[in-house]
Amino acid sequence: MYKILHKEVLSDVTKLLVVAAPAVARKARAGQFVIVRIDEQGERIPLTVADYDREAGTITIIFQEVGKTTMQLGALEPGDELATFVGPLGHPTEIENYGAVVCVGGGVGIAPMYPIARALKEAGNTVLSIIGARTRNLLFWEDKMRAVSDELIVCTDDGSYGRKALVPEPLKELLEQRGGEITRVWAIGPAIMMKFVSLATQPYQVKTIVSLNTIMIDGAGMCGGCRVLLEEGAQFVCVDGPEFDGHKVNWDNLLARQQFYREQEQQAVREWEHKCRLEGALEKGGA
Amino acid sequence: MPAQAPLVRRGNFDEVALGFTEEMARQEAQRCLQCARPHCVEGCPVGVLIPEFILALRNGDMVGAVRAMKVKNGLPAICGRVCPQEVQCEVRCVLARQGEPVAIGRLERFVGDYELARRMCPLERHPATGKQVAVVGSGPAGLTCAVDVAREGHKVTVFESLHSAGGVLVYGIPEFRLPKRVVHGEIDYAAECLGIETRTDHVIGRIFTLSELLEEYDAIFMGTGAGLPSFMRIPGINYNGVMSANEFLTRVNLMKGYRFPEYDTPVKVGKRVAVIGAGNVAMDSARCSLRLQTLQAQQDGGEPGEVHIVYRRSPAEVPARVEEFHHAEEEGIIFDFLTNPVEILGGEKGNVCGMRCIRMELGEPDESGRRRPVAIAGSEFEMAVDTVIFALGTSPNPLVFVDAEGLERAKHGTVVADQETGRTTMPRVWAGGDVVTGAATVVSAMGAGKAAAADINRFLRGESEPW
Repeated sequence: MYKILHKEVLSDVTKLLVVAAPAVARKARAGQFVIVRIDEQGERIPLTVADYDREAGTITIIFQEVGKTTMQLGALEPGDELATFVGPLGHPTEIENYGAVVCVGGGVGIAPMYPIARALKEAGNTVLSIIGARTRNLLFWEDKMRAVSDELIVCTDDGSYGRKALVPEPLKELLEQRGGEITRVWAIGPAIMMKFVSLATQPYQVKTIVSLNTIMIDGAGMCGGCRVLLEEGAQFVCVDGPEFDGHKVNWDNLLARQQFYREQEQQAVREWEHKCRLEGALEKGGA
Repeated sequence: MPAQAPLVRRGNFDEVALGFTEEMARQEAQRCLQCARPHCVEGCPVGVLIPEFILALRNGDMVGAVRAMKVKNGLPAICGRVCPQEVQCEVRCVLARQGEPVAIGRLERFVGDYELARRMCPLERHPATGKQVAVVGSGPAGLTCAVDVAREGHKVTVFESLHSAGGVLVYGIPEFRLPKRVVHGEIDYAAECLGIETRTDHVIGRIFTLSELLEEYDAIFMGTGAGLPSFMRIPGINYNGVMSANEFLTRVNLMKGYRFPEYDTPVKVGKRVAVIGAGNVAMDSARCSLRLQTLQAQQDGGEPGEVHIVYRRSPAEVPARVEEFHHAEEEGIIFDFLTNPVEILGGEKGNVCGMRCIRMELGEPDESGRRRPVAIAGSEFEMAVDTVIFALGTSPNPLVFVDAEGLERAKHGTVVADQETGRTTMPRVWAGGDVVTGAATVVSAMGAGKAAAADINRFLRGESEPW
């Protein structure tokens, strides 16, 4: 079992957990992920490492409550334990001094973007960062991102904070203004955002690395549920990735595959919410 | 042996074969001729003392039967259910020449279950040696090796990447063929008796490398299996509804997807399922699909649908255990022999809607000794399907080889290991089971685990040559 040591509520639906997993923390590097299962009935879900502390022996995960498992995870408190916590999985980000790079984090993708931006900064890169979310209260870690970036652009889809824009817009402007300088772009966020970031950078021929979060079970190459179509054929996100060249990803296939269990996911959420309401009613009734 | 009726068992995941009663077991044991030179034993990869355990059983000496069994096999309730006895022990039985061989597998299962329920003969171990052995992978090879090494008095730690010990016994083989209480029962019993520690959630190659383990342990046994699924190199394999048998079976068995939403992991099959391949894994996938369809139909009142096994060779070449093939036929699986997919077709929302196949005929024998299937020109046709499951064999997972300097591998990614001893080219590292042979059977993996354990024990006693 893996104990939750600390929790932060970053927004109504975005939570941060610090989990005790010393052996995982000893090896974890930016860009890698863990597989989490809450309890015996639980499913296994991949979550990207948002931070790690080798001395304290902890891994930080950040997630948005979008399904039953993440809702249940968000309801856990320090002292609670997770049944499964496997990692570090996947290849770490290839950190080098590339010159000037852009780090784009969208929504909950800001979390895994942070340790990568930090490592790139430490490696001597000029780090230009863009973070964005649908609306103000879904943004987090602006301060942390600012601390590891030479420049930071903040935007929201609805204009409730920072610039009113989708992240590809300021990215295109950066590429226009400093085209020759920027040698690499990282983008982590919803698949649809990564698709449009990749489309935006394509005309400038700037290598664009995306971190894919697909359906997965074991996370170590066994199930193949995470297959992604690249120009050169299918690859496994868990062992060949999770980072890929965004210009080679077949985004429409990726987006379609994410929808495969949509009906069951919605059913699970309905039943979970129903159970929570019942428990809430029972508590009220008992008081 | 009594079994659930085909029409009943299609709608549940309970065990199909119900096992002998004590009376039936004793009667069957009477049929054994107690040959002076028993050929059955020669066919057993772990060398179970077959005539001895059957004799004790016949005499009503259950303790004796269990003891005789455990000399060579620490996991009889598992082997009795999943070994291909018809090509190993039973085929060599003298009685097989005139008619039915002694049902050795069923007797083994009876003895195993009897002991699991009563725990009369706990495995014993020698005094602690102070030596430490790491076993990577908790499937049949790893478990068998762990048991034999721990019996010698060595401290054994088993590393498992998933959250439950058992490897393919847990994620691959379905509940209706090998109930998980049997697997967990056998593993827990052996581990308790022998002080074996199991560390789940450990992906070796990531959390620790083999080289790191060598710093802490005197010896390592790699029983990591062949976990990497293969897909055909045909267009359309990434449509929704196309999956590996590994994914499908893991969702059903390890994650208990058939009990969704009580268990969180969903599993989905359509009304027209095609399973590609005809080995045990294909039979398991087809039969799980059929059960899911039936359960779904019971819920929504619709038609259950169809499950096809699409196989490029003919019935004579089916590699599955005879009993599984037979059970699948009984349950109503449709077999499309001499048929090979050439393209998977997609429709709305990227979901699979069909499969283009070609008819095959058998030509000259190939390197496997089986007649090679050859495509018949112009025989292509379309099959309407909404789920495609590839059960085409697997290869070793390469993660474990990270930083494993000096560990030689063969061309399909398997580990090169000495057949007799299991020694690899990396000092103090042994390997056995599917990681060496490629996908094979549970009991051949157990045989390899056993052979390696014997050599590890010799090595740790200082009785064998170092590398």
